[in-house]
Amino acid sequence: MSAAYVCIDNLNVTFTGGARPVKAVNGVDLRVNRGEVVALIGESGSGKSVTLRSVLRLHNERRTTTTGSIQVGEHNVLKLSPGALSDFRGKTAAMIFQEPLLALDPVYSVGAQIVESIRRHENVGTADARKRALDLFERVRIPSPERRLDAYPHEMSGGMRQRAMIALALACRPQLLLADEPTTALDATVQIQVLLLLRELQRELGLSVIFVTHDIGAAVEVADRVAVMYAGRIVEEGPVATLLRAPRHPYTMALLRSRAHGAMEKIDGKRPRLQTIAGTPPDLSLPQTGCAFAPRCVLADGACLQIQPDATAVGPGHSARCLRLAQTA
Amino acid sequence: MKNAETLTPLLQVRGLTKHFPLKNSLLGKRDVVRAVDQIDFDVMAGETLGVVGESGCGKSTTARLLMQLINPTAGEVVFDSALVGGRDLPLKEFRRQVQMVFQDSYASLNPRLTVEDAIAFGPQVHGVSKLTSLARAYDLLERVGLAPGRFAARYTHELSGGQRQRVNIARALALQPRLIILDEAVSALDKSVEAQVLNLLLDLKDAFNLTYVFISHDLNVVRFISDRVMVMYLGQVVEIGAADALFDNPAHPYTRALLSSIPAMDPEHRTEKAAISGDPPNPINPPSGCRFHTRCPKVQPVCSQRVPALGVFHSAHPVACLMYEPGSGYDHSASGQVAA
Repeated sequence: MSAAYVCIDNLNVTFTGGARPVKAVNGVDLRVNRGEVVALIGESGSGKSVTLRSVLRLHNERRTTTTGSIQVGEHNVLKLSPGALSDFRGKTAAMIFQEPLLALDPVYSVGAQIVESIRRHENVGTADARKRALDLFERVRIPSPERRLDAYPHEMSGGMRQRAMIALALACRPQLLLADEPTTALDATVQIQVLLLLRELQRELGLSVIFVTHDIGAAVEVADRVAVMYAGRIVEEGPVATLLRAPRHPYTMALLRSRAHGAMEKIDGKRPRLQTIAGTPPDLSLPQTGCAFAPRCVLADGACLQIQPDATAVGPGHSARCLRLAQTA
Repeated sequence: MKNAETLTPLLQVRGLTKHFPLKNSLLGKRDVVRAVDQIDFDVMAGETLGVVGESGCGKSTTARLLMQLINPTAGEVVFDSALVGGRDLPLKEFRRQVQMVFQDSYASLNPRLTVEDAIAFGPQVHGVSKLTSLARAYDLLERVGLAPGRFAARYTHELSGGQRQRVNIARALALQPRLIILDEAVSALDKSVEAQVLNLLLDLKDAFNLTYVFISHDLNVVRFISDRVMVMYLGQVVEIGAADALFDNPAHPYTRALLSSIPAMDPEHRTEKAAISGDPPNPINPPSGCRFHTRCPKVQPVCSQRVPALGVFHSAHPVACLMYEPGSGYDHSASGQVAA
């Protein structure tokens, strides 16, 4: 296999703005190959969005300490100068957000924002840039694209705004697309349309994608590989089918079991209960020793509370951070 | 599960309508948002009625209308054979028997009250002594899985989202209601916490003989918790049926599209084609005839002219679709054809 396009090594992100520093990301290693879709899944506070935003250095640098390295192609992201960072954003890597109404500028038409983005990065005239914006709108299947280019974000429906933001993100032909819960705010019938669109564009353009979501179902629709995050670490990573059928980390196993899904057999005419994970995730402003999931884990013993487990290979491309892997096979 | 038909209706909703007026438009014509338009349904004693639909379909407006938090434009709500707000059932008495849990667990609690005071507040309004109501609050905290010794004196900002939602549930139970309306009550919670709260809701329902109206956009959760499910689209009810029957054999084209939008959870058989395209239309000027006809894969010319009625074709599983209405003019030999 050729070298990965995105290499994140030992990424640590600590927010220092509050009363106590919060260690949001604690040593994330992640590889994304060219043309590969990796989903980062986890619950709120697991560090998935923080990891993603670090790739574009979107955190306030005065209140954030970031260590480790992020390599995207030939760019060493954490070392880029301010000018080089501006060139990098949008041109090499672009992001789509959960809430397009907040991400798009309300006082410019969507078309104007796409034209601005293209002209910032490439030496083309307004007319040519506008023609490209129109092509993009057709590509993301916005109905009557010519008219919609002049629409303001508030004049569009939720699904259309999300399509417009995808068009904006793709305006400068980036190689890496970062998607932060892009379908979470959408209705079910619209969510599936946007997921299918993302999958189609990814294939046609050969994009590498990091897709952050808390919805395993959405991840399965688009991802090749899935990385599960808990308390700022990737606790398990593997091909999507393997992770779904044969998860090895107790957190992944419990998460999959706790989902309400499909028809559930009633026992003695009574509705069954869901299998739950007791307790709550740890407070990341407090010092951690051992495995962060240990206090909630059914398999944990004394050693789990003391030792931070390393990522251990358990199959082709499949690894997990757990001391009890012998018991989870 | 008991058969829904053998149960008596606890709540009957007839012709319930809510139109929100908009600012005057051109020519002095007043536009209205038809948030809820002429809906009829029953909630049986002891059942969980799930309500699903996309944003703007009127499910939350329906919840607020049921609670009488907003005044209906038309229609009536009958609770236990008495008209709500009428002589036999004044609003205050109705509100003791029907409680609501909201999506935003933080916004729905008073930040200046401790957990025990928040739970005891309702009963005190209804004349229960301070001592008794506090004792009941402790008991309820225990019931919802929050140790009273640790949580009773805390303020709501000190709790996690799951803990706050448990407090909201305890508060709803404090008045010993018979019906609880849960409006996206688990939607803001993480999956592992959501499962805990769903189990709690099932346990409490058995323990206190409750009836639930469970509103959610999460179809998996609705199927898990509901006995019957009501599907709404643009302010109208399009289908009601037993949960398993509706999920296994959806009749209305919209219900079919909605259910096929659930991600497949199978990487080898991913969803290949979206069932319907576009977003739901604006409820200010809803489409004529059947409101779904602009997105319906089975649409025919008659669909834009005739309003389908709910409930004629099968009493246990009513569907508002002309396909199932004898003599509606829907041509079955041409079904699947797209109208010009």
